[in-house]
Amino acid sequence: MTATTTAPVASPSAPAGRREPSARLRAWATRAPLLPALIFMIAVTQLPFVATLVISFFDWNSLYPDARRFTGLDNYRQVLTDADLRSSVWTTVLLTVTVVLVSLVLGLLLALLLDRRFKGRSVVRTLLIAPFLVVPVAAALLWKHVLYNPEYGLLNGLLHYVGGPQPDWISSTPLLAVEASLVWQWTPFMMLIILAGLQSRDPQQIEAARVDGASDWQVFRHLTLPHLRRYLELGALLGSIYIVQNFDAVFTITSGGLGTANLPYTVYQSFYQAHENGLASAAGVLVVIGSIIIATFALRVVSSLFREEGSRA
Amino acid sequence: MSDTAVRVRRKGVGLGLVAWLAGIVFFLPIAWMALTSFHSEADAATNPPSFTAALTLDGYREFFGTDGGASPWPSLINSTVASVGSTALVLLLALPAAYALSVRRVRKWTDVLFFFLSTKMLPVVAGLLPVYLFAKNAGLLDNVWLLVVLYTSMNLPIAVWMMQSFLAEVPVAVIEAARVDGARLPTVLARVIAPMALPGIAATALICFIFSWNELLFARVLTGVVAETAPVFLTGFITSQGLFLAKVCAASLVISLPVLAAGFAAQDKLVQGLSLGAVK
Repeated sequence: MTATTTAPVASPSAPAGRREPSARLRAWATRAPLLPALIFMIAVTQLPFVATLVISFFDWNSLYPDARRFTGLDNYRQVLTDADLRSSVWTTVLLTVTVVLVSLVLGLLLALLLDRRFKGRSVVRTLLIAPFLVVPVAAALLWKHVLYNPEYGLLNGLLHYVGGPQPDWISSTPLLAVEASLVWQWTPFMMLIILAGLQSRDPQQIEAARVDGASDWQVFRHLTLPHLRRYLELGALLGSIYIVQNFDAVFTITSGGLGTANLPYTVYQSFYQAHENGLASAAGVLVVIGSIIIATFALRVVSSLFREEGSRA
Repeated sequence: MSDTAVRVRRKGVGLGLVAWLAGIVFFLPIAWMALTSFHSEADAATNPPSFTAALTLDGYREFFGTDGGASPWPSLINSTVASVGSTALVLLLALPAAYALSVRRVRKWTDVLFFFLSTKMLPVVAGLLPVYLFAKNAGLLDNVWLLVVLYTSMNLPIAVWMMQSFLAEVPVAVIEAARVDGARLPTVLARVIAPMALPGIAATALICFIFSWNELLFARVLTGVVAETAPVFLTGFITSQGLFLAKVCAASLVISLPVLAAGFAAQDKLVQGLSLGAVK
C-alpha cells in the first residue's frame, strides 16, 4: 500500500496517466482492504461447493471407500426418481411457502396493531419479539415437549379445561406441528420489518388523503400497501433464505419422520447416517439449484431496494 | 366531545386490547416454559397442567449437573468461544472491506457487494460434506476453532453488507482530513471511522453473535465430545420423556438467555441489522 506514495506519481492532467503503472498500483491499493474478506469467502464457501459438485458425480459410500467410482449423472437420476427424496423436495417447498406466507400476513396484522398508539405499546412489542430471540433448538424443544405433548402439554391442558379433544399433535399433524412452531418464531421477524416500513410513511400524505375524505381502508389499500411493498418483499426474501435451509425444527420436533423430512435434513441424513457421499452431494446441488431460482428473484428485489438507497445518497 | 371522536377513541382502546391479547398469546409459551422450569419434575408432568404448584430450583440444579448428569459448562464455554471468536474475526475482515466498498468505492462495488450476498444464498448443506471430509483428514473434527472459521464465513456477507451502509454515512470530508494529516488506513479505520460508526458496528456484532450462538447444523456434524456447543447439548433432550420436563425448560431458558438479553437491549438495531441495513 505504501507503494502508491513512493512510486513516481504521474501528473493528474497527463492524458496517458491512466495507463501509468502508478495508476494500476493505486487501483490495487484501493482494492487491498477488500481482499482479505473476498479471499476468505471464496476459500470457505466456493471451494467446498466445487468439491460437492465433483463428489456428486461419484458413486461413493464412505463405508466402502474402495468401491468409489465415477458414475456421471446417475446420482441425480437416483435423487430425482427416489420417492423419499422427491417427497422431501415437495416438503421443502410446502414448508417454506406456508411458513413465509402465514408469518408475513400475521406479521402485517401485528405491525398494523402496534403502529397505533395505546397504553403499554412498548411492553407488547417486547412480548411479541421474544419468540424470535429463543435459540431455535430450544424453541423446537419447547413446542415438542412443553406444548405438543399429548399427556401434559399446555395445548391439551388448555383444551382439557374447555372439554375439547386431546390429540397427539405431532403424530396426527406432523408437518403442521413443525410449521406452527416456525410461524411462531418468524412472525415477530416479519412484524419488525413491516413496522419499520409503517413508521417510515409520510404522515402528511396520509393527512391529506384523510382531509379528502378517504376511509381507513382506502388509505391502507392505496397508500400504506404500496409503500409497504418493498418491506413485504424483503421479509419474504430473508424469511425464504432461512426457512428453505431449516434444519433445527425438523431435526428436533419430528427427526424428519412422518413425511416432514425436508431437503437439508435429507442431505444431512444421507451422508451422516447412510454414508452415501455421492447421493448426498447430488441432493445438495439440487438444493443449490432451488436456491438459485429463489435468489435470482431475490437479488432483483434487493437491487431495486439498493438503487433507491443509492439515489437517495 | 363529538360522537365520532368518542367512537374513534373506543375503537382505539379496542384495538389496543387486541394488541395486548396478541402479545400475551405469543409470549405464553415462553412464560409457561419459565414457570415449568421452576416446578418439580412431578408437578411439571401433570395433566391438566398445574398453575399453582410449589416453586423449586431443582430443574436448574439438575441442569447445571450438581445432581449428577453431564455438566453444560463445557458446551456453554464452547459456544462463547465460537460466537465471540467468529464475531471478532468477522469485524476484523468486514471493516476494511466495507471501507473499500463505501468510502473509497472500488470500481464495480455493487457487483462485489452482490457477490457477498449471493454466498449467503448458497445453502449450508451444499458445502457440508467437503468441509467434513477436510476436517476429518486434517484432524480438525471436534475442534471449536473450525466452528470459528465456518461461522465467520456464515456471517461475513451480512456484516459487509450492513457495515457498508453504516460507513456510507460517515462524512467523506472527515476521512479526507485525517488522510491529509498523514494517517494510514488502519489508523483512519480505528480512530476516525470506527468511533463514528460505532452504533452500526455494535448492531453488526450483535447479529453475528446471535446467529453463531444459535447455529446447529455445522456444530452437530463437526463436533462431538470436546467442542460440543450449547445447541448441540440441547439436542440431548430431543427424546427426553416427562420426567425431565423441568430440566428441559431450565436448559432451554439458560441457553437462550444471552440472545434474549442482547435482543431486548437492542430491538431497533436488530431490525435495521436483520434487514441488512436496507430498512432505516
